[in-house]
Amino acid sequence: MSGVNDFVIRFANVNGTGSASANFLFAKTVFRMGVPVVPKNIFPSNIQGLPTWYEVRVSEKGYLGRRDGIDFMVAINPQSFKKDVASVKSGGFFMYDSTKVLHEEFIRPDIHYIGVPMMEICNQEFTDARQRQLFKNIVYVGALASLLKLDFSVIEQLFAEQFKGKEKLIAPNIKALYLGADFISKNITSYPSFYVERRDLVGDRILVDGNTAAGLGAVYGGASVVSWYPITPSTSLVGAFEDFAKELRVDGETGKNNFSIVQAEDELAAIGMVMGASWNGARSFTATSGPGVSLMNEFLGLAYFSEVPIVLVDVQRAGPSTGMPTRTQQSDILEAAYASHGDTKHVLLFPSTPEECFHFMSEAFDLAEGLQTPVLMMSDLDLGMNDHMSAPFKWDDEKKYQRGKVLNAEELEKVKDWGRYKDVDEDGVPYRTLPGSHPTKGAYFTRGSSHDEYARYTEDSDTYVRIMERLVKKMETAKSKVPAPEIHDGGNAMGILYYGTSAHACEEAKDLLAEAGTKVDSMRIKAFPFNEEVRAFIERHDQVFVVEQNRDAQLRTLLINEMDLNPAKLTRVLHYDGTPISADVVLQGMLSNFKSQSH
Amino acid sequence: MSYSKPVFHHPNLTKNALGYTKKDYEGSLSTLCAGCGHDSISAAIVEACFELNIEPHRVAKLSGIGCSSKTPAYFLNNSHGFNSVHGRMPSIATGANLANRDLIYLGVSGDGDTAAIGMGQFCHVIRRNLNMIYVVMNNGCYGLTKGQDSATADKGSIAKAGNMNPFEGIDLCSLAIELGATFVAQSFSGDKSQLIPILQAAMSHKGFALVNVISPCVTFNNNNGSTKSYDYVREHNESMGRIDFVPIGEEITTQYADDEVKEVKFHDGSELLFHKLRKDFDPENKIEVINAIQNARSKNEILTGILYLDRHGVELNDLLNTTAVPLNQLTEKELCPGSSMLDEINQGYR
Repeated sequence: MSGVNDFVIRFANVNGTGSASANFLFAKTVFRMGVPVVPKNIFPSNIQGLPTWYEVRVSEKGYLGRRDGIDFMVAINPQSFKKDVASVKSGGFFMYDSTKVLHEEFIRPDIHYIGVPMMEICNQEFTDARQRQLFKNIVYVGALASLLKLDFSVIEQLFAEQFKGKEKLIAPNIKALYLGADFISKNITSYPSFYVERRDLVGDRILVDGNTAAGLGAVYGGASVVSWYPITPSTSLVGAFEDFAKELRVDGETGKNNFSIVQAEDELAAIGMVMGASWNGARSFTATSGPGVSLMNEFLGLAYFSEVPIVLVDVQRAGPSTGMPTRTQQSDILEAAYASHGDTKHVLLFPSTPEECFHFMSEAFDLAEGLQTPVLMMSDLDLGMNDHMSAPFKWDDEKKYQRGKVLNAEELEKVKDWGRYKDVDEDGVPYRTLPGSHPTKGAYFTRGSSHDEYARYTEDSDTYVRIMERLVKKMETAKSKVPAPEIHDGGNAMGILYYGTSAHACEEAKDLLAEAGTKVDSMRIKAFPFNEEVRAFIERHDQVFVVEQNRDAQLRTLLINEMDLNPAKLTRVLHYDGTPISADVVLQGMLSNFKSQSH
Repeated sequence: MSYSKPVFHHPNLTKNALGYTKKDYEGSLSTLCAGCGHDSISAAIVEACFELNIEPHRVAKLSGIGCSSKTPAYFLNNSHGFNSVHGRMPSIATGANLANRDLIYLGVSGDGDTAAIGMGQFCHVIRRNLNMIYVVMNNGCYGLTKGQDSATADKGSIAKAGNMNPFEGIDLCSLAIELGATFVAQSFSGDKSQLIPILQAAMSHKGFALVNVISPCVTFNNNNGSTKSYDYVREHNESMGRIDFVPIGEEITTQYADDEVKEVKFHDGSELLFHKLRKDFDPENKIEVINAIQNARSKNEILTGILYLDRHGVELNDLLNTTAVPLNQLTEKELCPGSSMLDEINQGYR
């Protein structure tokens, strides 16, 4: 049940009215009060006019996934009143702009109504039309602050930070805040039983979105060439890289950039540029979403076969084709694992938190260059675009970039009989050279056509098979280089397996099950190809629930396909309506599929 | 298959200023049809690089897919090569150039690779003024898939099978000028004396240099009625005048009357002498050039020579304000902001 520091509030707004920053202000205030917070933006593919929602879960226990059931609705958008009224939990609250009378059809006997004449207040107090609209948002934040006992000094501090350099905006914001708060204290007598109380549960954690984290991770990981094509929900990742690079990567003396970013004409060109730059020895990446990965398939095949390192971030969105561009899913798993025609296979990373977005992104370059193959970081819209409470970013100043097997001029002098695709170390990873290194040694021809160990074109069957088998060996090597799964094994009969943003809901569902008397083990997969620990975990358990945010249980298919597992052991728990998965969904999916009572 | 040429060193081979012989610029044995125009272009590239004293390993040769795109295997064996995917060479060249702005990027493409599947990338690499030489070996047909019309086949041109092309042919030179190309030349694979100085000038130009070479396909498009056959091109070739390329440090020895020769100096100090056939034509005047090309087209003439030149264009790395040090040579020191900066960044998200 909802209580102190444990409730869900949803804001229903009109897109393009400035509500997002007011709603974030609410979430950030809770966070600053030391209370764990989970904000989710549920927005349309639209710039102005359509309904948009912002949901904030406040969780004393620190759960970071969504929770079903809305305790408090801030209903600002008459277009969505019907849906918004219906989605409030019985006994919950519905706050609306009472400048206009609420129509009878929106009245439910089992919920509380709080009318605040937001527009009327703003019309009286502000003259400018845009200000009237913007401050309406702050008026409802003020009303909420009063109803839910937020710390006003924290909000005022946040205003001061937000309007640094534009100080004259601070006073009217504070005025709007107290207009809302005063209305509540003068007119409302029955307050919700749930509210926010200051705690010290946040620690050193940060509140940040995964795209910002990944963009920063790319700066730290040494990326210097970026090419991309705008697509929701990945756009802000490159935007973050650019902002950080302009701040951190401009030469102090010359004013010149130690990076370059090109907005390409399409995704084909974006990944082509990344490949050209990587081939030539710069760390390079692109960010896109499912439709972009479809277009990039051609180059992914070339990179796999000609063994050029590539780093690609897929911030997954919902659906086949254009689908639901502003909704979240984990539905590009199979596409990414086997992208392009012929026999191909790619390294995938599955971050669950912004800290992992940062960390995996910075490591992805070591991995790609170490293996000379594409590495795809599989983020999603929920992780990429929503703010998450996350461990802070960490960096070890002793760390050196691992550039992989690249022979320079001096080394080329010493090597006898160098061949670009010779498996010298028997780990499947050959030695490469960069253009311009040596006047007479190390030049070779990179090609997507079949080639021998010396990069010469060949249609010889034995040679083709030999090269393809070496690529298999390379993927074996990859298993020991990618991040290992996170396993919690208490010797129980059942296990739950998940990856990416399903993690938070799954961890909570696991706790809920344990509270109800059923203990399960868990494994969070962080990468593909799967290593032996993954197999061992599955084989040790009678039943393993595979939780995913797609329709076809794509990771389950990948597990079965790659490890010849018994499919009957792997039970699907799926959620794919485009909203982030909640613990309730995971719990229901598991409860309705328990195979035996042996637990 | 690629075949290695027999190694035979003639003791008296002429060396260039760097001490390289022409052999040092050659490649593997061509597997194209005997008499293919493309082989003449490969030979011209070898000649041009030898004479320009280019270090072979400072060139990166890039191509797409098709007969033309095979040719980088047939020249500059000491250069790194990249045979990419169909129509995508420009994006590979762009990324490579961003990673190391110090090399010479020589792209080779065909009319299918450029004007059909690669049209998008062709247009955008021009817009960005990438510092590269983009050679189109243009034969108006798809040789490797047995002679289908390409997008540069002229309207009314007759294919070997007898069918007439009903569609407009794309004129790559006009298009390139329209898109902001800073060096546009057209030549004929059968005219080495013109092609070599054009290639040398293209290599000296800082910015995007298009060299569109009509290069007949002896197997599928050299028949009567084809507008890309050897005979047709010889008959309709309208040269804009002889070009002399004067490499860096060499003196111009001959004296010319002012109205006969236009001298053009490149960034690297080399010079180009245009021997004018027409007094009304200035290769640095865009409007005049466009008019001249359109006039020639209306008369079924193929204008050859350096058609357009803009020496003031800014190439991509400079447009992006990229550091002079090639990005692929930067280390942790320049690239990684370190942990104390990260602590500060973390603080901003609390």
